[in-house]
Amino acid sequence: MPIKTEPFYLNVGPQHPSTHGVFRLRLELDGEVVTDVEPIIGYLHRGIEKLAESRTYTQVIPLTDRLDYLASMTDNVAYCMAVEKLAGIKVPERAEYIRVIFSELMRISSHMMAVGFYLNDCGAFFTPVLYMWREREKIIDLFDMVCGQRLLYNYMRVGGVSQDPPGEFWPALKKFLAEMPRYIGEYNQLIKQNEIFLARSKGVGVLPRDTAINIGASGPVLRASGVKWDIRKMDPYSIYDRFDFEVPTGEAGDCYDRYWVRILEMTQSLRIIEQAISQMPAGGPVCADVPQFFRPPPGETYGYIEAPKGNLGFYIVSDGSIAPYRLHIYPPTLINITALKDMMVGWKVADLIVIFGSMDVVLGEIDR
Amino acid sequence: MTIAVNTEETGKKIAEAIPGSVISSDKGSLTVDSKALAQVSGFLKDTPGLEFDYLTVLTAVDYLDYFEVVYRLVSLKHNQSLIMKTRVYGRDNPAVPSVTGTWRAAYYQEREIFDLLGIKFDGHPDMRRLLLWEGFAGHPLRRDYL
Repeated sequence: MPIKTEPFYLNVGPQHPSTHGVFRLRLELDGEVVTDVEPIIGYLHRGIEKLAESRTYTQVIPLTDRLDYLASMTDNVAYCMAVEKLAGIKVPERAEYIRVIFSELMRISSHMMAVGFYLNDCGAFFTPVLYMWREREKIIDLFDMVCGQRLLYNYMRVGGVSQDPPGEFWPALKKFLAEMPRYIGEYNQLIKQNEIFLARSKGVGVLPRDTAINIGASGPVLRASGVKWDIRKMDPYSIYDRFDFEVPTGEAGDCYDRYWVRILEMTQSLRIIEQAISQMPAGGPVCADVPQFFRPPPGETYGYIEAPKGNLGFYIVSDGSIAPYRLHIYPPTLINITALKDMMVGWKVADLIVIFGSMDVVLGEIDR
Repeated sequence: MTIAVNTEETGKKIAEAIPGSVISSDKGSLTVDSKALAQVSGFLKDTPGLEFDYLTVLTAVDYLDYFEVVYRLVSLKHNQSLIMKTRVYGRDNPAVPSVTGTWRAAYYQEREIFDLLGIKFDGHPDMRRLLLWEGFAGHPLRRDYL
């Protein structure tokens, strides 16, 4: 006589250390094997899109900081670029270079957090995070010098940046650039050949190429699946067409590739920063003359950039007033987790944590 | 560079294949009849030369007289983009066909639009609120919601 079995339901989160915020997964388990996954989100929904409708274009910038709070600089850039596109504002040359330098520093910092916490999820409890944190701290110090903030920078303005970096910024940046390749080597020495890490991540949570395209995945998640698609290269915005850099891709689309693509991207970001410093004009304005209240002509625009976590876009509709009529944020991490069920079903609970960690999600952006 | 395709030419192509589906094709965007949306999306994805295999942003705007649903499509093969729109009238029970069958990228975005603007997507596998809780009254991103 067969033994009667029934599925076991388990809630992971919303308060759980490996969900990177307030994310809830409703699991259906057969023993230890996952048979169904339902992500439940919205615990951090603050209605940023609605709030923006009653604020001026400039007042929205601090709200964008609170989207992807581990990469708020790029959120600022994406929003400001969309508004500039809408209002037809031209950004001074020096400000463009400063934006590129800060976007790439932000990318390095965001990838460090992604890789560090991913290893945490793999079971290397907090040692890798501390190594990552050591260098991230230096980037945060650089940001602190220019805007006095360590997490929510609010540094970009419509038309440029809020202020020129101070004198001590440039030597500190050069020191960081000189040291960083050695640290990346150190990470590789620690992680890349580690047998436990390889066993936990190679071939785990595969996102096939066709699925990745169909779900609209972007950023390192898409590139790890073997699609060479980087907006900086394929549709250069700002001044990205002036730099020489590679777009690293993976082959298998598994957790290991997602980790490795991020490590490779850090090196490319360092290359871009070095080129930006050498090409940058020595002086000049860092912000266009934009009034406090301005009225973009009625119309709509979609501005998008390659943020650290993927394709971040702002769709803005203007009715000719000082506030946006409608602001929509296109969040890369929400789209990336569309295929979570495909990736997780059939794996064990412990692998599920690893797969979710490799997606590098930030709930501030998913819930908005 | 991602090149925006010529909407007039593309509009003609679609109108030839699916008569009566294109309402207008100007100002860099293509407005299609919501009834033919499923057919048009399949056509845009599979026709050689267009091959829009990658849906990025899907959102909706409340213009009080009507809702406009906006799709931005990208073809990774040809590196070109297209903005497709559709309009839906009426505020009580607006509904548009879902495109999740063509692009799974629409899955969460359609649920979000249903949650915040109250537009229903017929044919969506799981049409529920996404961000707000079940039982929430109203749809906050409508312009008449205060």
